[in-house]
Amino acid sequence: MFRLTESPRLSEFEREVLPHLDAAYNLARFLMRNDQDAQDVVQEASLRAFRFFENFRGENSRGWFLKIVRNVAYTVLKKNRPDEMTVVFDEELHGGQTPTMNAGLALDRAQDRQTVRAAIEQLPAEFREAITLRELEGASYKEIADVAGVPIGTVMSRLARARRQLQLILSNPK
Amino acid sequence: MNHDEIRDLLHPYADGELDLVRAREIEQHLRSCQECRHSEEQIRALHETLLNDAPAYRAPRHLRRKVRAALRRETKERVFSPWLAFATAATAVVVLGFVFIQMKSASRENAIVDQVIANHVRSLLATHLVDIASSDQHTVKPWFDGKIDFAPDVHDFAMSGFPLVGGRLDYLDGKTVVALVYQRNKHPINVFISPAAEVHDTPPVSSTLRGYHIMSWTQREMKYWAVSDLNETELCQFVNLLER
Repeated sequence: MFRLTESPRLSEFEREVLPHLDAAYNLARFLMRNDQDAQDVVQEASLRAFRFFENFRGENSRGWFLKIVRNVAYTVLKKNRPDEMTVVFDEELHGGQTPTMNAGLALDRAQDRQTVRAAIEQLPAEFREAITLRELEGASYKEIADVAGVPIGTVMSRLARARRQLQLILSNPK
Repeated sequence: MNHDEIRDLLHPYADGELDLVRAREIEQHLRSCQECRHSEEQIRALHETLLNDAPAYRAPRHLRRKVRAALRRETKERVFSPWLAFATAATAVVVLGFVFIQMKSASRENAIVDQVIANHVRSLLATHLVDIASSDQHTVKPWFDGKIDFAPDVHDFAMSGFPLVGGRLDYLDGKTVVALVYQRNKHPINVFISPAAEVHDTPPVSSTLRGYHIMSWTQREMKYWAVSDLNETELCQFVNLLER
């Protein structure tokens, strides 16, 4: 006669936010650089997102969710691996450099998955997230800016620097 | 735009983030500038490499399950369910009813305490302390026979300093009750006895009103009230004797 009913908020959350669990895990995986930490981050971020779901007003659920994932990931990184987070990429220092790699070098070589993923993981966290969101998730500059909490101009320069570094890493394999 | 400005915009150009006007301008520049064309190709090549060789990670299936389970646990306390609402309402009704009954019985208890004191005071005023004056329990007890439909225990505690003075019939809570009168020094003690509503024994509960101490308890299916202006300690001693 009586049955536990599903919370309408939960079903809405599952419909609206959980489809982005793959994107969330992908971002967390590249930020944390290992599976277990990434899973913990995604789980914690999901719970937080659910608690704050009332504040979400239907604009861009992926960006909204990824921003929470990113914040949880950075909190964990700052707490558990502060040494990683002190690496601040000096944009002025690297700004003028033009990579001296041959066109198509990265293409010519057969890159296996591991090499490319490892190359992304060598980048500073801010660059990892920009590359992951742009290249793998197809996010717009605006969306990346929202997730990272920085102006679009910063996203633009981070992406340019991140790509330059990646090209260097991929053309000079150890 | 000059060459340097265009070089800075190659990334947003390749990412399709530029407005049409600037995009057209860059397209034209690329036709004539080999260096920029080269850079733009590298951006696209890298994009292809990343997409093909570093496909995005996908959430493990058990992570999906774990997240769903955690969310369900999170909602459990907050979920509205008719059953829960019904249970809550039912509990509230039971609690309220219980409180109401408690209050009613408490006010009833208070009313009885008032009557007990009134009976005690009246018995002293009207020189109608006892109907049968005797310190002999074997005289007092049979006197009640035929007057009431129960047989109270009657004992003399003269040896302990609480001599039996006598007994009478009194009226309490709408019923005829037995009143036994004892004395401690100059202080008379009235003990009212009537059949109890509850079967189980209850320990003595004391209350004080207008300088009188009252102790009430239930034993052997009899309800007892002992009332006196005697101090509480000595009244307790007396009650202990009666309870034996």
